[in-house]
Amino acid sequence: MAANPINVLIVDDYKTMLRIIRNLLKQIDFENVEEASDGNEALTKLHAGNFGLIISDWNMEPMTGLQLLQQVRADPKLKATPFIMVTAESKTENVIVAKQAGVSNYIVKPFNAETLRSKIQKVLGHA
Amino acid sequence: MHDDPRLGGGNGFPLMTLKERLQDHHEDAQSAKSVILGDVVTAVIDTMAERLSPTEHMLLEEIAGLGRIIDQAKAEVAGVSVESIRGSHIPTATGELGAIVEHTALATNCILESCEMLDKLSSDLSSEHSRILQAAVTQIYEACSFQDITGQRITKVVKALQAIEGKVLELAGGQSTGVVMHLDVSSPEGCIMHGPALPAEAMDQDDIDKLLADF
Repeated sequence: MAANPINVLIVDDYKTMLRIIRNLLKQIDFENVEEASDGNEALTKLHAGNFGLIISDWNMEPMTGLQLLQQVRADPKLKATPFIMVTAESKTENVIVAKQAGVSNYIVKPFNAETLRSKIQKVLGHA
Repeated sequence: MHDDPRLGGGNGFPLMTLKERLQDHHEDAQSAKSVILGDVVTAVIDTMAERLSPTEHMLLEEIAGLGRIIDQAKAEVAGVSVESIRGSHIPTATGELGAIVEHTALATNCILESCEMLDKLSSDLSSEHSRILQAAVTQIYEACSFQDITGQRITKVVKALQAIEGKVLELAGGQSTGVVMHLDVSSPEGCIMHGPALPAEAMDQDDIDKLLADF
């Protein structure tokens, strides 16, 4: 199957998790993947590059995934970028806060490749 | 001023003597921390014995009994050796937990490296074998995310241990470490961060999908 041309930015402060998500994305044919280890680094990369999808953890320092989402949604250049939160936070209040901030979809850890594929297809409008 | 002659001093109850004795005990407590609450109450009873009604005497005896129980509880807490908990047990436990995270991270990265190698080799296999290998490798990648979850769970346990340490220290009369008993933390944006929930309490992906669909 041909690789998907979309550039994906994955954001997580845990390097092992970045490696796992990158490999899972490769398994579902997303080869153009860049990494950032917190919200600030992600914003710098987002402004420098052209990304069609952001996949971010929530619990990071100093800028959290939710703060990154809020900044992305407040930025005219970035606000339309699909944003998937991938996190261990599975309480209702967290999901609601993320949704109110404009998250495109929400994946709870641990997750599998099929969940990742279906959520990506959904936010990219391919479902 | 009190109108009750028993509390009024002068020719009545020897108020100054009592105050002085209590003050002595208070100073002992401040300086040597050796005051025994039960002794103080007993001293008060002895001083007032002749002027107390049976009911008042019984009440004071009960207060003295309570004082002895409190003293005993304090002695028991002191007996658990707060310093060894703070100086040895807690650091050892948190150190061991930290080592678990470190070693499992090393092992996880080793597994990932091997999987990446298998992934590269799969293109040399027949399409059927390649598909089977890819499926197996994907499952390993998925399983490796345990490392992230266990790391977060262990961080919660470390926080719990630190909270226990603070409480024990407080009970033993020392300064609190300032660690609060709440294990959840507020994120900078004010939303509570719980970390991974226990399986029985967690919303699964289907629950989250339903919740999102309701918006």
